[in-house]
This record gives sequence, structure tokens and C-alpha cells, in this order.
Amino acid sequence: MAAPTSLTSNVAALDAGAPVTAAAFIAGAPAFALGDGQILLGGGADARLVAAHPDAAILIAVKAGDVLITGGDDGRVVEIAGDGVMRELAREKGKWIDALAARADGAVAWSTGRQVFARGAKGDVKAFTAPSTVRGLAFLPKGYRLAVSHYNGASLWFPNAAAEPDELHWKGSHLEITASPDGKFIVTSMQENALHAWRLSDKKDLRLSGYPAKPRSMSWSHDGNWLATSGAEAAIVWPFNSKEGPVNKAPSELGVRSARVTTVAFHPKSPILAQGYEDGMILLCRQADGAELLVRAEGAGAITTLAWDETGRRMLFGGADGAAGLLTMPA
Amino acid sequence: MADKIPVTVLTGYLGAGKTTLLNRILSEDHGKKFAVIVNEFGSIGIDNDLVVGADEEVFEMNNGCICCTVRGDLIRIIEGLMKRKGKFDAIIVETTGLADPAPVAQTFFVDADVREAARLDAVVTVADAKWLAERLKDAPEAKSQIAFADVIILNKIDLVGAEDLADVEARIRAINPYARLHKTQNCAVSLEEVLNRNAFDLDRILEIEPQFLEVEQEHDHHEHDHNHDHGHKHEHHDHDDHHAKNGHGLKHYHDEEMQSVALTIEGDVDPDKFLPWINSYIQTEGAAILRSKGIIALKDEPKRFVFQGVHMILDGDLQQDWKPGETRRSRVVFIGRHLKEDEIRSGFLACAA
Repeated sequence: MAAPTSLTSNVAALDAGAPVTAAAFIAGAPAFALGDGQILLGGGADARLVAAHPDAAILIAVKAGDVLITGGDDGRVVEIAGDGVMRELAREKGKWIDALAARADGAVAWSTGRQVFARGAKGDVKAFTAPSTVRGLAFLPKGYRLAVSHYNGASLWFPNAAAEPDELHWKGSHLEITASPDGKFIVTSMQENALHAWRLSDKKDLRLSGYPAKPRSMSWSHDGNWLATSGAEAAIVWPFNSKEGPVNKAPSELGVRSARVTTVAFHPKSPILAQGYEDGMILLCRQADGAELLVRAEGAGAITTLAWDETGRRMLFGGADGAAGLLTMPA
Repeated sequence: MADKIPVTVLTGYLGAGKTTLLNRILSEDHGKKFAVIVNEFGSIGIDNDLVVGADEEVFEMNNGCICCTVRGDLIRIIEGLMKRKGKFDAIIVETTGLADPAPVAQTFFVDADVREAARLDAVVTVADAKWLAERLKDAPEAKSQIAFADVIILNKIDLVGAEDLADVEARIRAINPYARLHKTQNCAVSLEEVLNRNAFDLDRILEIEPQFLEVEQEHDHHEHDHNHDHGHKHEHHDHDDHHAKNGHGLKHYHDEEMQSVALTIEGDVDPDKFLPWINSYIQTEGAAILRSKGIIALKDEPKRFVFQGVHMILDGDLQQDWKPGETRRSRVVFIGRHLKEDEIRSGFLACAA
């Protein structure tokens, strides 16, 4: 029996009606955060819209355990549960929520301009002023510690400690930030179409360049050995499976096409990468041999988000043109 | 291209009337919706639904180009505004009085994502007729804002006499003879003169001529005796006149710091000489050159080559055909600080085919 090359018949398409900022499974149900300030909850006939940020745009959204956290250009941080119940976590009048991070225990961090706020699982909020406008936030896997990207580097901040944040320096504008699952590396995407990585043990710099565009989307493999990135006409996958990281090692390329990859998301259990392109195509690529499965054909707006559920049986996608959908993997 | 959001940059020294112009743009009955990016959020009354506070963070690009600075906050804000795409028609960026317009303009050419979403329409500078002459002496930013402008609104003309107005106009023209200049009270100017100028579109650069002809005529309709006054002043200030052959009664100043250089070759240039020359000249002298523009007749090329630049960033392309019977003439203009006129002249003239 030949392996199928297309999963398009396993996709339930939706029209979200507004650009999709992010998607996540919340308590098992699909949730799409939209540019018009609403959340689309549910993926089928039960789908409904919840006005999380009325008359505003959702700039960013992340999953925190069983809730979705959204940040808007109304300066509000809102928590939405799977049943649609909302709670406002913060309101920064006249500001935009520029960056957001959350983790499974319910801790949430957000930033507006240079101000960074961390809200612990118990609801206590701590603040810190970064050296310049913050573009990315990520919790480190160990301890209550936050990685903050900004101009000329990143700061590592313990919200509950009085100590000054630890600074990582590298000239230029650092955008998204992520920590490796083992906590040994911090990686940022940069304005200059490159990634920058620091090995935390000795703050050694790693410059991962050669991208034709900014590698804004980054995803770690389930075992933490690989970092997949967007920003090229293929997903670029860097090996982080040694102490040195990807020093003097070439990355591998998955799903090479003549269209740029805009979003990547590793499968939560297998070495399979989901990748969305600027022309609306979505592929699943097997890392071992580069085999490709088509999830969605090209011919639409850029894919802006891809999100697996915990089991890796289902995946959500969303696009800049308001297209959205649910992939259910064949049994 | 068509669905790129047009961006108008409003500059001007403190108190010149930027906010007045902005509110005029926003309040007129044009049916358009604007996203407004302002500094000093909340400190001034702007009546608009979508107002975004900016922090004017300027940073250098790590691309080996020393003057290649961009506004990081603009990159972030325009990305965020795109989530609301379809809900507004245009963006207006108001800068602080002390801002250099170059990083704002360069952001629209250097950042690929911004360039894809938006296009710089024009730099509009509001100047205070009463105080500009003073500011040009003591504030380098004021001079940059005039030099950079595509459109200059010379405001508060009711506060100065005809002689002083002629004087400040001449000082503006000494720095930038190419911008459209409008003399106003309360920034009362038709919005068509401010919005949708396409000043950075190569296919709209049809000719490069100093703008005082047109403006003077427009002015004549209103105040005939004023024009007479210009002529009178001209005699007094002949000693200031180093280069001008200006038959329109506008006195001529030479600004020691900021100048424009315009050169013409009556005919074709050799592309193998011109293209390397302009690229290398802009690379070496771009820090001093604020704006550049040219319409070039390349040898054996039926289309005109058009370029425009901001500091070291050059954008050039072949545009429409030279018309039958039209004189194939090559013209370049540079506006900048302490321009090496002789060097530019000999460099350009050596490119003649």
C-alpha cells in the first residue's frame, strides 16, 4: 500500500473572518485569536465568537495550560477559558501589548514598550524596565525566570529576585526569543535576517545567518534536539543535539519550494515538522527523509499560525487572510 | 503595489503647527480613515479613533551602512497595524520637532516587511514663518526637516510682514528649491497638496524642476503687491546671489551648511560610467546627501532611467519612454550637507556618452 501524499481530505476549513493572530487547543477545543479582537472558539457547528478585545486588535496570543492569553492594541491582557469565560489580567492604558509569554502553571508575562510585567501563578505581579523596547518574552524551562529580547541583546530576569537581570549582549535588534527545552540555549530572531543564540553556560555567541527574510517563527522538536525556523524558501532546521549547539554545522532544509516559509511547528511526539508558507500552503515534512504530506494547497494568504494538540492527533492553522482550519490525522 | 498603505510623514519644529495640520487632515470630510502614529502619546489633543504612541527608537542596521538608521518602533507598529488592515486607508506619522526625518524615511526602504505593507508617500514639513529663520541658524534638525521635505507648509504667515515672508521663503529655497511650498495661516491647505503625493514613486518622477515658478504664480493670485515687494528685496540682496539666475523676484541666499546641487547633461550618459559612479558616490558620500533624484537618458535606451535616494539607499528603474521629439536630457539633483559641488559636477559630467 502506497503511503498517502495528501491529507487535504482530513482538513475541516473555517472562515475566521479576520486575520488569525494565533491558534491553540484550549481544554481540547480549537481557539483562534483574531485581528479584529475576537476569539473564535470551537472548530465545527458549535463555533462561536467571543469579543475579548472589543474594537481592538489581538496582537499576540499564547496558551497557558487550559486557557488562552491574549494581548491587544487596547493595552489589555485577557485570559479566555475553553468555555468562553474571560478575565482581564492587565490594562495598560494607551499602550499596546507588544509581547506575551505564558507557561503551563499559569504564570504570564507581558510587555508594553520597555516595561515588562510577570504575573506568577498566584497572581502576584512584578515589573522590570528593559534597556529598550521589548520585542519578545519567553519563560525559561527551569525556575521562575524570564528571557526578554530587546535592542542590542537580551535580559534574563528572575521576577522574584532583587538581583539585576543578567544581560546577554549582541548588537542589533532582537525580535522573538525562545529558550531550548533543556534551558542551555537562548535563541532570538533578528532584524538582520538571522538568528542569534547564546550558550548560557559561558554566554558564547552563535550567529546563525543566511536567511533571505526574518526568521520570525521558531519551534523546538519534541526531544529538544532541533530548532526549526521560518524565513527561507524551506524550513531551516538547526541541530542543538550537542553541548556546542550548531557550531560549524550546516542546518537541514525541509519542504524546499519557491515560496517562503512563514510558520513552523514541530509535532509534539514525532520528528515531523508542520510548515506554512507565504502562499497559504501547508506541508508536514518528516525529518528523517524529507518526505512531504500536503495539508493545504497554495493559492491564499500567508499562514500565520500552526498549533498541535498535546497528542499530535490534531493541528490548527490560520492565515493572514482569515482562513483557518483543523487537521485531524488519519488513525 | 495598489494595496500598500500610503504613509505621510509630518515633520516640523516645535510649535510650527504640526498638530493643527494633523487635526485639519483628520477632521475634513473626506471619508478616509487614518491610523495616526504620534510621539508623546496623550499630551496633545488628536481627534481620531486609531492613535498609536511611538517611542522614536532609532537604531543602526547591521548592514555595514553607517548612516542606515531605522525607526524600530515603526517596524513594530506597522506590523501591528496590519492586523487591522482594511479598517483604515492611510497612515500619518507625526515626528517630534527634534526628529531627523531620515530614519523614518529609511524604515520604508530598508525593512522588507514594512516595504511590503506600506509605501512612503511624502515627507511634509510644517515651518513657522516667524521663527524658521532663527531655527535654521540654531537648530540642525530644522534644517534637515526643510532639506528632506517633499511638501513644505510655511505656516503662520499672518504673523510676519511681506519682507520677512520673502526672506524666510528665500532661506527655504536656498536649502530646498524642489519641495512644493504652501504659505498658510492655520495650516489651511487643500489636502490634495499634502496627501497622495507619491513623492517616492519612481513612475511619478516626471521632471525635476525647482518649484518656485509654480508657487509664485499661485501666490500672485492672492497678493499682487507682495510680488512687487519681492522684486524690491532682490536688488538689496544681490550680494547674496552667487549662482541664481532667478527672474521671479525671489531673493537668493546661499546656505553655508545645506545646499542643493542640480546638474544637467544635454544628452545621453554612458550607463557603464554613470551607474558605477552614482552607486559608488552615494556609498561614499551618502551620509552627507539627504535626498537625491535623477532622470537619465541612458545611451541606446528608449526608456528613461529614474532614481531617487535617501542617504545611501538608492532606488532606480527604467520608466516610460522618451517621447518622439522630446529632448533626451539627463538631470540629477542632490540635497545635502556641505555638498562637494565640484566633485559631483566633474563626476557626473564625466558620464556623458
